Amino acid sequence: MSLSKLVQKRSNWVAPYVLFLVLFVVLPLLLIAVYAFRNPAGQFTLQNFVKFATQSEAMNTFIYSVGIAIITTLLCILLGYPAAYILADSKLNRSKSLVLLFILPMWINVLMRSLATVALFDFLHLPLGEGALIFGLVYDFLPFMIYPIYNSIQKIDKSYIEAAHDLGATTRQVFTRVIWPLSVPGIISGIMMVFLPTISTFAISEILTLNNKRLFGSIIQDNMMMSDTMNYGAALSLIMLIIIAITSAVSGDDSDLSEGGSLL
Amino acid sequence: MADSIMDLTPKPISGKDCTQHAPDIPGAAADISGEKDDKTYIIEIDHISKWFGDKQVLDDVSLFVKKGEFVTILGPSGCGKTTLLRILAGFNLPTEGSVRMNGTDITEIPPHQRPMNTVFQRYALFPHLNVYDNIAFGLKLKKVDEDSIDKQVRRVLKMVGLTDYEERDVESLSGGQQQRVAIARAIINKPQVLLLDEPLAALDLKMRKDMQLELKQMHKELGITFIYVTHDQEEALTLSDTIVVMNKGKVQQIGKPTDIYNEPVNPFVADFIGDSNILNGIMVEDRKVLFMYHEFECVDEGFQPNEHVDVVLRPEDIYIMARNDKGQINGTVQTCIFKGVHYEMTVITDHGYELLIQDYNAFEVGQEVSMIIKPFDIHVMHKERFNNSIHGTLKDSAHIEMLGGLFECEPVEDIESGSDIMVDVEFEDIELMDYTEDGGAAGCVSFILYKGNHYQLTVTSDNGDDIYVYTNEVWDDGDIVGIRILPKDIRNIRRI
Repeated sequence: MSLSKLVQKRSNWVAPYVLFLVLFVVLPLLLIAVYAFRNPAGQFTLQNFVKFATQSEAMNTFIYSVGIAIITTLLCILLGYPAAYILADSKLNRSKSLVLLFILPMWINVLMRSLATVALFDFLHLPLGEGALIFGLVYDFLPFMIYPIYNSIQKIDKSYIEAAHDLGATTRQVFTRVIWPLSVPGIISGIMMVFLPTISTFAISEILTLNNKRLFGSIIQDNMMMSDTMNYGAALSLIMLIIIAITSAVSGDDSDLSEGGSLL
Repeated sequence: MADSIMDLTPKPISGKDCTQHAPDIPGAAADISGEKDDKTYIIEIDHISKWFGDKQVLDDVSLFVKKGEFVTILGPSGCGKTTLLRILAGFNLPTEGSVRMNGTDITEIPPHQRPMNTVFQRYALFPHLNVYDNIAFGLKLKKVDEDSIDKQVRRVLKMVGLTDYEERDVESLSGGQQQRVAIARAIINKPQVLLLDEPLAALDLKMRKDMQLELKQMHKELGITFIYVTHDQEEALTLSDTIVVMNKGKVQQIGKPTDIYNEPVNPFVADFIGDSNILNGIMVEDRKVLFMYHEFECVDEGFQPNEHVDVVLRPEDIYIMARNDKGQINGTVQTCIFKGVHYEMTVITDHGYELLIQDYNAFEVGQEVSMIIKPFDIHVMHKERFNNSIHGTLKDSAHIEMLGGLFECEPVEDIESGSDIMVDVEFEDIELMDYTEDGGAAGCVSFILYKGNHYQLTVTSDNGDDIYVYTNEVWDDGDIVGIRILPKDIRNIRRI
């Protein structure tokens, strides 16, 4: 078959992407799974998982990471929801440029922003540590919370709001009974995009806490860097992946997510 | 069945007492009963105008609605009917004028405090709630107890024919079912007035016909006042006690369906409601009207001798038969289409007029026919204008600024430049050009009326003036045209 015929057939167009996915997504995942169930000598073992469950260091870091992620996510919702609501209200936000201002920081690399946060804390003579870490995470991930919520609020048909008013709802009741429930998919999208990446963060936490506070991502990274603990690192990665998968499944089905919209 | 829905104890509008005051509103055209007794009117729309920026969508609209009446506001899209309904519901404030309900001014009362409910055009059912919770929405806000809500929801569901649909997701319902839920959600609140904004527009024809009958039935059972907005003239004729015909933000005619159909007040109404032949005629004397080169007997009186008039003939009112010498007018069949119950034919008369005729008998294309029109079936209307009187400014002795452009005129001597003037231009003396540069001014075709042997166009010029134009050329609604008037045709230049 000639090249032109290959190109003509539409179903062939997916081939490069399938190849890409196999090489860079499926294969690495399989490798992680395989490595996780082996010891450095290459024999099958469950030792890596037993080590995670029994050794307190990795487990404690994991619990600590989840705690930090929860705090970060809650702060993002608290700060992000009102911002998204204001942005979506055409009366309060006449120009769309305000949205751009909120999205703008995302154009700059996360490491650069973290380094800038360090500089800011130094300038204000504030100590680096847990506080700085949470500040930095919120600063980094806030746009990821605002945007999906903004998207979902903006998509609410104005006639729902009018219908609610018409049926006797005050402005507050319109919010609690119509706008809030209809923006929940956006909040879920936001949580997915803030909570999960926060757990596996490592560079930000190292920079902002001077490597004093370690998140789960750092532990994985440490173990992955050395050949004798690589299998343990793979097991930790696998555990995290499974947790992410469970969280995603619990957070809602696909249709809800697509309503919320996302940045990815 | 609907007894609990029917106990419509009037809810006072919060914060205000219902005062019995009797306003005297001049020019309120809505009164068809003759006597105007304030107590019988539940809604009084009093000289409402509405501007969106510099665009006027409602122009001095007045309307009185009686308790329990089914009123339809009918008009083409963009005529302001939806805006009027939104002002009634409280979503928009009128720029001028006021709305009263049971004698109390409610112009600035917010929607949630008005004892009326709306059925929205696209239903606006809450997607996060199921059928039950959508319908219960209003009652839950009023903190009605659960048992009572439950009973009433089931009752209205039964009424709209959706028993056992309580738990269904609203998005899984068909258009007709969603419509029923929307109606149930509104009527469960026992509003004094139900506002319906083109509620059937999204349904297919069959479903629409069924729903029309159901709505009519519901209106009878509930005894609530219905104010219904539609662009569908047939729907309006079927449903209403009273029809309000609107165009370009103005009320054209208010009346019973039969009155609107049989006695339209102007060509717009005649053209918009039902099929019609609209022709130019001359009222020779009382009960005698000349059109299509024949003097017909009619029943209309009170016109000036030889007054130019518009004559409306409904297609079903023209009697058609094989050519004989008893006919008032003769012609040849041009087209013949079977329409189910009747045949629809176009006939070209020997004098070149094209007539639309509906008859149970078919006549072949090309057949020579004769026609008779009975006096009672001829409807004569005053012309809105006999020529175009246009306001302008004399720029110099040979130029006039009018219609948003500059026109050459024959030399004017006795009026100084810069004066405000009026001029007259006959309908047939205006020529429309494809390119706006070719005319003295530019305009947009805003209404087309076929007059049997020519078109009467309404052209809205750039400065907002409407001029009437007679033409044989075919133009479309919305065409941008150049307006050309020869100097000799600008007549009767006078200072004002």
